[in-house]
Amino acid sequence: MAEFIQIIVSGLAAGSIYALAAVGFTLLWQASQTINFAQGEFVMLPAFFVLVGMTVFGLPLWPSVALALALSLLILGVAFKRLIVEPMLPHGTLPLVIATISLGLLMKESVKEFYGATAQPFPAIFPQTVYEIAGASVSMQDIGNLVVSMLAIGSLQLFLNRTRTGRCMQASAQNPAVAEILGVNVKRMVLYTFLINAGLATVASVLISPIYLAKFSNGETLGLVAFIAAIVGGFNQIRGALVGGLLIGVIDNLSAVYISAQYRSAMPLLLLIAIILLRPQGLLGTSEGRTV
Amino acid sequence: MIRLKPFLLLLGIAALVAAPIGQGNYIVYTLASWLIFSITAMGLNLTLGYAGQVSLAQAAFMGIGAYITALMTLNGIHWGLAVIVSIAASFAVGLLLGYPALRVQHHFLAFVTLAFNTLLFLVLRNEEEITGGSFGLVGMPRPSFFGITTDSNIAFYYFTLVCFIVSAGAMWWILRSPWGRAFRALRENPIRAESLGLKVRRQTLLAFAIGSAFGGLAGALQAPLVQFIEPSSFALIHSLKILLMVVVGGSGFFFGPMLGAAVVILLPELLRFTEGYYLIIYSTLVIVLMVFSPTGLIGAGKKLAERFRPKHEARRDLKQGVQL
Repeated sequence: MAEFIQIIVSGLAAGSIYALAAVGFTLLWQASQTINFAQGEFVMLPAFFVLVGMTVFGLPLWPSVALALALSLLILGVAFKRLIVEPMLPHGTLPLVIATISLGLLMKESVKEFYGATAQPFPAIFPQTVYEIAGASVSMQDIGNLVVSMLAIGSLQLFLNRTRTGRCMQASAQNPAVAEILGVNVKRMVLYTFLINAGLATVASVLISPIYLAKFSNGETLGLVAFIAAIVGGFNQIRGALVGGLLIGVIDNLSAVYISAQYRSAMPLLLLIAIILLRPQGLLGTSEGRTV
Repeated sequence: MIRLKPFLLLLGIAALVAAPIGQGNYIVYTLASWLIFSITAMGLNLTLGYAGQVSLAQAAFMGIGAYITALMTLNGIHWGLAVIVSIAASFAVGLLLGYPALRVQHHFLAFVTLAFNTLLFLVLRNEEEITGGSFGLVGMPRPSFFGITTDSNIAFYYFTLVCFIVSAGAMWWILRSPWGRAFRALRENPIRAESLGLKVRRQTLLAFAIGSAFGGLAGALQAPLVQFIEPSSFALIHSLKILLMVVVGGSGFFFGPMLGAAVVILLPELLRFTEGYYLIIYSTLVIVLMVFSPTGLIGAGKKLAERFRPKHEARRDLKQGVQL
């Protein structure tokens, strides 16, 4: 039982970070029909911005994180939207898919070439203390990760539902033409979505890198997991991405212990296939109208 | 203009026949590998460019073909039989995967195939008794026909060339048949195609399965060419690479995949002098191409040609009137 609680807690902690990436993924899809295949690399990169801030400029941790956030907003938010997504939107999804795949490759190779191919240690955000709760050892790091990502997603949800800007963003996602007629600056709202995605990616990066170390290839698994979490939860719901992320985190940890370590990464994939067959709109999703 | 086309085609084939003569082993090997990837990209082009479905498992179908061929030929069965089994197996798996995925929205095939590719990779890596695990399988014999062996690289190149021409011919025939024209109708206007009595789902499913079968054939050629296969040669990244070939070349154009495969396989060789930076340059080039010409290289070429070639044009001053 103690082992079980331990697995669930660390699964939830990992899952909450996946959820951050998945929520960003979902937001981009809603706002601009962008399937971002570079999402994993978006989470990989900010950790290296932090490391550059610390080693090259000699800044302490928190100013470096602020620097990383600013760079991410600028590069992964504004530049990504202006230079890549915007010119390609009129041509449909496919060229954009190819472009994001190449972008992921570009980011990965650049980090490998300009920073280093080895895994870099990353300073811990939370103290390394471990608590004993009902016989299970629960680390402060897991709790911290869970709390911070829940806070991030919760405040995002509040922002989208309770503020004027948030509602305008929802409107532009649901029906850009009508939103435009009603006086919403749709382009600006889409830009906000990209900025939010970049911000969430930075938070996820800073949370996950102390656990997995910062490595150029981190994005491969992270991107796939975010992708699966978004679909399992429901591609058009933020709540869905949250539930999907947590579920994948828990299932991943459970299957590593109780089923087989070799087929650990197969479980989320099987879940994905099962969901697509049985409930294609996702666990919490509402079905979209058919395209034809 | 019409007379020119068969002539150009013959010229192209002659160039392919002449290409490896007097070249070193490595170049012949690269050319053969280009032909094989052209076959697999052609298959994906049918799925993507003509039926409008994104498949992210083309490398997995190559893997199915390669492993079946490797296991059969290593056990003494002739390549001729192995290739038929490989193609049939890829076709069947394509049907099984596509049937449920195509019931739902259009981008779901992409997700299912993505998951399938990763699952297949795990199975190939973990079932060591059969597939050799991450050490892979080594020493597949190259086939011989009626006493003529294809053991030397140049002989195997010509063998691959024959397979390539046959499959290109088959693809040409598929696209020209009434049944293939239906694909184009689907892509251009699915609602009208359906109203004319086309079964949209059945057509797309078959297109996907046939595209996958081309992947199986390419895999069956890959195994004896490289004579070493391992799970990571068929990982998701390679499916993305094949997708890149189709889109960079120009999806929906017959010669797009061949051009795309040439770019994806040969460009890294040309950029080799830049050492570590070649993938960086390469991915930047792809992004730039996509931003400026989403229809790929052939699309970009057509646009350029239209700018320079004089066109028959009804009176320009009447343009407005004609439109009205």
